[in-house]
Amino acid sequence: MKRFLPLGIVVFLVAVFLGMMLSDRNPNEIDSVLIGRPAPAFSIDSLSADTPPLTEADLKTGEPVLVNFFASWCVPCRAEHDSLMELAGRYRVPLIGIAYKNDPAKAVGFLNELGNPFSKTGLDLDGRVGIDWGVSGVPETFLIDGSGVIRYRHWGPIVGDSLEARLLPELEALR
Amino acid sequence: MAGEIGHFALILALFFALTGAVMPHVGAYRKDTRLMALGDRAVYAQFLMAATAFGTLTYAFVTSDFSVINVATNSHTLKPMLYKISGVWGNHEGSLLFWVLNLTLFGALVSWRGSKLPLQFRGRVLAVQSLLVLGFLMFILFTSNPFERLDPAPIEGNGLNPLLQDPGLAFHPPMLYLGYVGLSVAFSFAVAALIEGEVTPLWARWVRPWALLAWVFLTGGIALGSWWAYYELGWGGWWFWDPVENASFMPWLAAAALLHSAIVVEKRDALKSWTILLAIVAFSLSLLGTFLVRSGVITSVHAFATDPARGIFILAFLALVVGGSLTLYAWRAPKMAPSGLFGFVSRESALVVNNIFLSTFAAVVLVGTLYPLFVEAFGAGQITVGPPFFEYAAAVLMSPLIVALGLGPLLAWKRGNIGRAAQIVIPALVVAAVAGVVLVWQTSGGFVMTAFGLGLAAWLIASVLLEIASRIRLFAAPGKAMTGLKKITRAQWGMSMAHAGLAVILLGITISEAFTSEKLVVMAPGDTADVAGYSFTFEGVAPVAGPNFTAVRGFFTVREGDAILTSLTPEDRVYANPPMNTTEAAIYPLFSGDLYAVVGEAAGAGRWSVRLYFKPMISAIWLGALMMMIGGILSLSDTRLRIGLPTGKKQAQKPSAKAAPKTGPKTVQGARA
Repeated sequence: MKRFLPLGIVVFLVAVFLGMMLSDRNPNEIDSVLIGRPAPAFSIDSLSADTPPLTEADLKTGEPVLVNFFASWCVPCRAEHDSLMELAGRYRVPLIGIAYKNDPAKAVGFLNELGNPFSKTGLDLDGRVGIDWGVSGVPETFLIDGSGVIRYRHWGPIVGDSLEARLLPELEALR
Repeated sequence: MAGEIGHFALILALFFALTGAVMPHVGAYRKDTRLMALGDRAVYAQFLMAATAFGTLTYAFVTSDFSVINVATNSHTLKPMLYKISGVWGNHEGSLLFWVLNLTLFGALVSWRGSKLPLQFRGRVLAVQSLLVLGFLMFILFTSNPFERLDPAPIEGNGLNPLLQDPGLAFHPPMLYLGYVGLSVAFSFAVAALIEGEVTPLWARWVRPWALLAWVFLTGGIALGSWWAYYELGWGGWWFWDPVENASFMPWLAAAALLHSAIVVEKRDALKSWTILLAIVAFSLSLLGTFLVRSGVITSVHAFATDPARGIFILAFLALVVGGSLTLYAWRAPKMAPSGLFGFVSRESALVVNNIFLSTFAAVVLVGTLYPLFVEAFGAGQITVGPPFFEYAAAVLMSPLIVALGLGPLLAWKRGNIGRAAQIVIPALVVAAVAGVVLVWQTSGGFVMTAFGLGLAAWLIASVLLEIASRIRLFAAPGKAMTGLKKITRAQWGMSMAHAGLAVILLGITISEAFTSEKLVVMAPGDTADVAGYSFTFEGVAPVAGPNFTAVRGFFTVREGDAILTSLTPEDRVYANPPMNTTEAAIYPLFSGDLYAVVGEAAGAGRWSVRLYFKPMISAIWLGALMMMIGGILSLSDTRLRIGLPTGKKQAQKPSAKAAPKTGPKTVQGARA
């Protein structure tokens, strides 16, 4: 039976490869280790000077919240902005924006130009919050449940079918 | 117009491939020699058509014909001519066309050089080769047509990835492809032998030069790639066990094993089914590499832009080719009983040891490369397998191989004469020594490993020299040494050269790993940093403009004592099309090692972060690879490898000429009739 061994290995490999290719995955994406854990603590200035600082307490509202890391210099952020507007408008999801390594004036300009989907927006000037949250680039969107625990992380822009296929089902599961 | 000619040529090639893949088998079935001989015509026609297609694509790149999508996405008028040409194979579609060109080239070469092969066998070989061409052509025409048009044509192209705009990388992929595709010949020979149901010593004699040629190209391709990583990527290393590096290394290991096991088939008519399996596996690993790079299953710096349809197609092709050949293997392997025997202590046994370690290493590299994929596939999270794993495996598996490599050539064929006790003691000793060293290494750090590595390199070089000395009877009859030296055949010189090359590589790795000095500092103009006794003075930076990039160039003056040795000018380049940042390390090779400087980011106030290295003996890695290649070419140029040449007196006296080609060609046909 030994002579069938190489064939068996190849059949197994092909099956695994096929499974990987048919599954909806991005090989560049690295899973977040924060899933199921409380959101890391932070306290940062708000984008508008007249509102109090943004902290992790703002996430514990008793209902699911989305935290979106964005920047005016980030082209994919521009691409996903319509999805964010739709989430805030049509699906009535509270969104919290964190401007990542972004000049405040430019971040304000970005939101003025495209519309502001965020109920609150914080400033992560030196990217420290991004490090704590394990952000590898912008945009990234985290789904937080009512008690402040991270339930899902969307890597990269919410474009194409990823709003309907990925983010909304996760959101529905929490609601 | 040119694009349409190329496209049409590919379609014609497809039909020639179909003819070539089917007709020789029909001919063999009907015992019709004219149909069998159609294989030869078909491969020449395929080559002609593939060359036409490749020529037209090259023409489109050279003339910057942006109405061809492939040219528009991968070229730019401002690109230097060398990179316009290398851009032809620097992208997915063009590289596939290059694959096909090589496949057909090798098919044509087999037909041209193999006029002494039995017609039916040659027909089968060419039919298998044509089948591979057919698969690749379908892949090109259905999913990756390089001649697709763009209307309206853009004024300017997007440009080639700047990392690829480098002389080393202009030639790294073609060499690797030649190696990968060269293994297709060994594969076709193996499958043809399985269909015919017989492997003879003569078969091994035919297949070995092709395997050797492919191995030489793979060696060159891998060496160029690592050299490029060393001076272009600017991280000071030269090998990262990246999945795609591994994908090129596995076929190399398998080809190296195949070269050696084919010798045993040739000399002793043993290891037959193993050698067939190796020939299949070596080419399958080449295909696997292609699949991994183009399917998007894994991430790598080398990966092409991915497209699921392409991935599925290659996977189907891979499953068909590899699965089909292995099914044939499982069916036919029992027929291949060895007829020759050899003693436990013999050159053949040493070659078996070589095969065990090389193929185990290839298997370990395969598992390490795919393991993250398996873990993810079975939902156990994401992991990466990094250099520590592979380095550990290399140390454990390659050390005994090198010990055996030193001994092997000293042993006689068939039955050696180390005492009976030594037979048992030596392998045990080796295993014990390696285990001991690895244990000490784990507990007390790298120093032991350095000593061990140097010891192994010395052992290997010494045994290579001893082997030559014993061959010319230097100690027994010193007076006749010169005549003895002249009698050494090129194949033997080739073997010694390649083995010594491995020792030189080992020397380079061990010394550069152990004694590299590295400094990561922030320097202002006028600052001096000492690295390994050399003082690097930072003179400042200046902007530079290239043909299609702008750069910041750093200036260093390197002194040894008070004498100025050289100045180093590393660059940090920003390419315009596409926008991308690359580092150009500045390297000054000395006899004792390389001075290596990289300029990084501005640290404010006129200061720059720089990395300075002294890497002793690192050039030995590529020197050794070059020696291996020269060894391979020497062995290839040995006239004894050619079929059909009259055997000289010298060889006739040796047992190695047992499978003399004169009576040979009839064996395959004769045994079948």
